[in-house]
Amino acid sequence: MTIDLFTLAFYLFALITLASAAVVVFSKNIIYSSFALLFTFFGVAGLYVLLMADFIAITQIMIYVGGILVLLLFGVMLTTKVISVDMRTGTIQTLPAVLVVSAMAGVLIGIFWTTDWKVSPTAVGFEKTAPRIGEMLLSTYLLPFEIASVVLLVALVGAAMIARREKKPL
Amino acid sequence: MTVAQFSQWLQTPGLNHFLLISGILFSLGVFAILTRRNAIMVLMGIELVLNAANINFLAFSRYTTGTLDGQVIAIFVIILAAAEAAIALAIVLNIYQNFNSVNIDEINQLKD
Repeated sequence: MTIDLFTLAFYLFALITLASAAVVVFSKNIIYSSFALLFTFFGVAGLYVLLMADFIAITQIMIYVGGILVLLLFGVMLTTKVISVDMRTGTIQTLPAVLVVSAMAGVLIGIFWTTDWKVSPTAVGFEKTAPRIGEMLLSTYLLPFEIASVVLLVALVGAAMIARREKKPL
Repeated sequence: MTVAQFSQWLQTPGLNHFLLISGILFSLGVFAILTRRNAIMVLMGIELVLNAANINFLAFSRYTTGTLDGQVIAIFVIILAAAEAAIALAIVLNIYQNFNSVNIDEINQLKD
């Protein structure tokens, strides 16, 4: 019985992703959750590489880890009374949530398991995806690409506008 | 499915394995959204859900179509996640200034 490198890497990244996601969800300390989210993002990036999406994996690390996670940590630090109160955050409605989520997970995994997916038989090798993605963004997906840029601009201006401290009205 | 078949399945990661991971990740994210009181923890749950959806896009793009359309959609998902995180954090900071708390069960009015 031999295990090839792909299988080994898959189970390594799957373990990292799911274990740290469990820490994110079940940890009582919000700081532990934030840092576990870092490892979840790295594990997911590894899974992206195994799915032949090298460009998306690097984008994931740059945007999620470099941007969104830092933003979330800023949010945690600015809204939690670090010195006075301990950073434990409670949970609400645990029992109904467990029921709903386990039912939903059962249905999802059942669907994934029983459906006969049309898997393409041709094994495609690893290749550079960035040039092809760039071409698609500037040809087939040009309109969504431009709309996304406008959405980002408006969202960031709006975020700065909302987060600014209110001045006293004259 | 016999034990030998299951062992064979475990040794050859394919579409189903990635879908399974993404299903579990999605459920964990929804659990965080439903149960945590802190609004920022709810945001982290949303990020988990978006990541699970992205794994699905990439898995189907790799194993069924063989084109890169799924990867382009994944880029748009990441872009929208960034915009959403910025806006949501701004709203959370504003709420904190007004209510001195970000627990979503204590915030029950739109203006004070």
